[in-house]
Amino acid sequence: MTNHWKDIKNADVVLVMGANPAENHPCGFKWAVEARDRRGAKLVTVDPRFTRSSAVADKHLQIRPGSDIAILGGFIRHIMENGLFHNDYVRLHTNASFIVSESFAFQDGLFSGFDQASGEYDKPSWSYERGPDGYVRRDPTLTHPRCVFQLLRMHYDRYTPSMVARIAGCSEEEFLGAAEIVCSTGTANRVGTIMYAVGWTMHTVGSQIIRSAAIVQLLLGNIGRPGGGINALRGHANVQGATDHAIVAGILPGYLKVPRPHQTSLNAHLRESTPRPLVPDTMNYWGNYPKFFVSQLKSWFGDHATADNGFAYHYLGKAADDATWLSIWDRARRGELEGLVALGFNPLLAGPDVNRLLEGMSNLKWKVVIDPFMLDTAEFWRAPGVSPEEIETEVLSLPATHWIERDGSFTNSGRWAQWKEMVIDPPPSVRSDTWILSELFWRVKELYEREGGAYHEPIKHLSWSYLNPRMPTLEELAKEINGYNLRTGELLSSFGELEPDGSTSSGNWLYSGSFTEAGNQMARRIAGDPTGLGMHHDWAWSWPLNRRVLYNRASADAVGRPWDRERAGIQWNGREWIGDVPDYGKTTPPGRVGAFIMTEEGVARLFTTHLIDGPVPEHYEPAESPVPNVLHQTVSVNPTIRWYDGVRETLATADEEFPYPCTVYRVVEHEHFVTANVPYLVELMPEFFVEVPEGLAREKGIENGSRVRVWSKRGEVQGKAIVTRRIKPLTVNGNVAWTVGIPVHWGFVGITKGSMANNLTPFVGDANTRCPEFKAFLVNIAPVEEVRS
Amino acid sequence: MDFSRRSFLKSSAAGAGFSALGFDLAPAYAASRELKISNAREYRTICPYCAVGCGTIAYVHGSGGLNTTKTVIHVEGDPDSPINGGTLCPKGAAQMQLAMNPRLQETPLFRRAGAADWEEVDWEFAMDWFARRFKESRDRTFVQRDEAGHTVNRCEGIAWVGSATVCNEDAYLITKTMRGLGLIYIDHQARI
Repeated sequence: MTNHWKDIKNADVVLVMGANPAENHPCGFKWAVEARDRRGAKLVTVDPRFTRSSAVADKHLQIRPGSDIAILGGFIRHIMENGLFHNDYVRLHTNASFIVSESFAFQDGLFSGFDQASGEYDKPSWSYERGPDGYVRRDPTLTHPRCVFQLLRMHYDRYTPSMVARIAGCSEEEFLGAAEIVCSTGTANRVGTIMYAVGWTMHTVGSQIIRSAAIVQLLLGNIGRPGGGINALRGHANVQGATDHAIVAGILPGYLKVPRPHQTSLNAHLRESTPRPLVPDTMNYWGNYPKFFVSQLKSWFGDHATADNGFAYHYLGKAADDATWLSIWDRARRGELEGLVALGFNPLLAGPDVNRLLEGMSNLKWKVVIDPFMLDTAEFWRAPGVSPEEIETEVLSLPATHWIERDGSFTNSGRWAQWKEMVIDPPPSVRSDTWILSELFWRVKELYEREGGAYHEPIKHLSWSYLNPRMPTLEELAKEINGYNLRTGELLSSFGELEPDGSTSSGNWLYSGSFTEAGNQMARRIAGDPTGLGMHHDWAWSWPLNRRVLYNRASADAVGRPWDRERAGIQWNGREWIGDVPDYGKTTPPGRVGAFIMTEEGVARLFTTHLIDGPVPEHYEPAESPVPNVLHQTVSVNPTIRWYDGVRETLATADEEFPYPCTVYRVVEHEHFVTANVPYLVELMPEFFVEVPEGLAREKGIENGSRVRVWSKRGEVQGKAIVTRRIKPLTVNGNVAWTVGIPVHWGFVGITKGSMANNLTPFVGDANTRCPEFKAFLVNIAPVEEVRS
Repeated sequence: MDFSRRSFLKSSAAGAGFSALGFDLAPAYAASRELKISNAREYRTICPYCAVGCGTIAYVHGSGGLNTTKTVIHVEGDPDSPINGGTLCPKGAAQMQLAMNPRLQETPLFRRAGAADWEEVDWEFAMDWFARRFKESRDRTFVQRDEAGHTVNRCEGIAWVGSATVCNEDAYLITKTMRGLGLIYIDHQARI
């Protein structure tokens, strides 16, 4: 989230799209309801289904799965054509005025620079035009035909209401009804927010959907303001924190980069990873990258990280081209992976394409599963249809402690790191994740010391200076994350104190300030709210630097006056910024540098070269789609999708065998799979089901409560049909389209057992993130003949 | 639990008696509500389900001393939390059953190649086996130089996945340890 949960109460308009927070984040969603009840805010939902969030919305727009960019592109056009953008904000805080290179083009679904052979873009033609001083040329009048503002207008000119309706399956009127509300906040005294979740990320164009939302919010002037922002609703207690701390392919803690093989020295890595300013008036805060990176190496390798050895840079494994989730299972399937450790995670049910994952798992020599409960993943060798005697994989299942048996912090969607207490003791035979990890580390280290082996210097020298080295405390780790001044031995109070010379350490610069000499800031529990805006600066701690709204400099105009006095983020009082912790130098006068201090541009990007599949979002069909792309038939799907071995053959084309778009989702009584162990919740939501639209049920002879079979080209599920009016028929490109809905919560271990939704889903991911396309694929459906006993 | 349940019934019976005599029921009712958690100690935790981060109070019986086992007897939303203000959803409200769950795994289990069932093993065996397999695979699949001749120092044959359910401090330790051991195939639920 750019903002945080309670801040949603400050909005005038709430767009819920790619999410269903009434169901999946109920206690956070109440702040949207609060905005509606207290401020008269308007709530809009856009979803393939009429959800529990839709039930309290002022407006619900039903769309076909995978048509999000068409809708958001339609909003962008609606804003541009009707002059609904926040003029001052757009000029001041975005790159609307930046002029783009003459070689940039978009034609027939492809941006300039596409290489058919590699399926990749060569991006130089997307770059900005530079002036004689080396900086980007700008046109403050926004009239230059190649300025970002005009390019945006041109690009989205095709997204007319009738085109949007053709793609998404809604009517023009329904689309315009939603657009009028969503696009109504482009003024100083109004602000709107967006709540999204994996309904946006789980597409082959997931990153670009979110970019589209960013463009909408920037045009409307809603980023950086209380009641605004783009708010990702996370699905597990600490998805945010585990991402910040980089249990993630391709990044290191604090969103630093895993060095690439060709970066053969620390300097080469720092040179390529440290951005240079594109304009003279930018703080370009990522310019501090060397301080963050070197301090992290000091945390990891201590005295063995010195200026002479590039701070142990060579100890870090260099990145693979792709090390993401899908590539892991692709490697396993090809027999290139020997072992896998899954901790607090049930990969088999998480999917996609369970049959393909089973093939991969069966090829492993060994697997270790660490969790409080027995998981389907640990018992994959006796999954339905699998013969144990054919599976050679050795498996160890280790019982680990629960959240309630540990202290430590969770970072919520709103970036608030909250420290929790240890409530009960684990049973004597159960071990904590920390213990298991330490024990593994020590035993591997001891084996290397005794026997030698492949390059073990990093293991020998990994810093492990905890009071009890076999069991670090979570406080010790929290302090290590925060970082120290290594000269004085004192905890740092902010990442502003970090140095690139090895004199400071910080495991994750972003959390610097969370555990200082003043104590554990994440454990603070003072509930007062002096701002009246729900910021609660003394409750827990929010990264970065306890800032509650990111980019908050953009909540004020050129001279530092808030756009809206009643909802001021920060304001300049002549000497300093007051309000939220400023996302800007505390005493830096307004106008000195751009509001978006993390970008090389100093402003927010309506147009960017940072994604691999285009500088502005374009609608592409899902990898499995019932219709061709009506915008450009020859380039129907995202041209930069990475195709793993043999996956194309597992995808259906729209034909009579697989005519129906399908999407998967959660229900409030369950959280993925762990709740299959909780009796109350199983009683409330006992059985796998399939949501079938009424008209489709009639056509197929499916009765409410009867058993149905749903199958894709990859697998099938069976369960009770819930015949519903919550999904209406859509008219997509002139044809009727029915959407089928399926919940994800079932497996073969647990009190309740049922079909695995991911038997159906495709093994294909977003071009940028490789996040799989769970949310839009094709199926067929038929009643199952009841067997009479 | 039995004690609380019996006390509750006793108070209810007493309440019914007063009512017949025309007394106000409220104090007796309040007393019966108080009993369940009156001797419990309060701990503050965070709901482990979604990432709203609802403040939760867990009520615990048992001191954790030598002959006692701490037991969660009740869970409710923390009214002080500015995020949830005391509310919880159905999952959050059922946290007690997640915490005190008979299905929690109690001992390490090992499944041999081709076996049709688990066998119980002790931690010594389990961690020894884990470390041995880890080292063997690391040694077999460690790549010091890639095809282009660049030093890459990475282990290509082991992957680590998870988790979005662990605390920040363990998440950090996972990254530090696995990167330290040279792993590069590392991912968690954020991707899916």
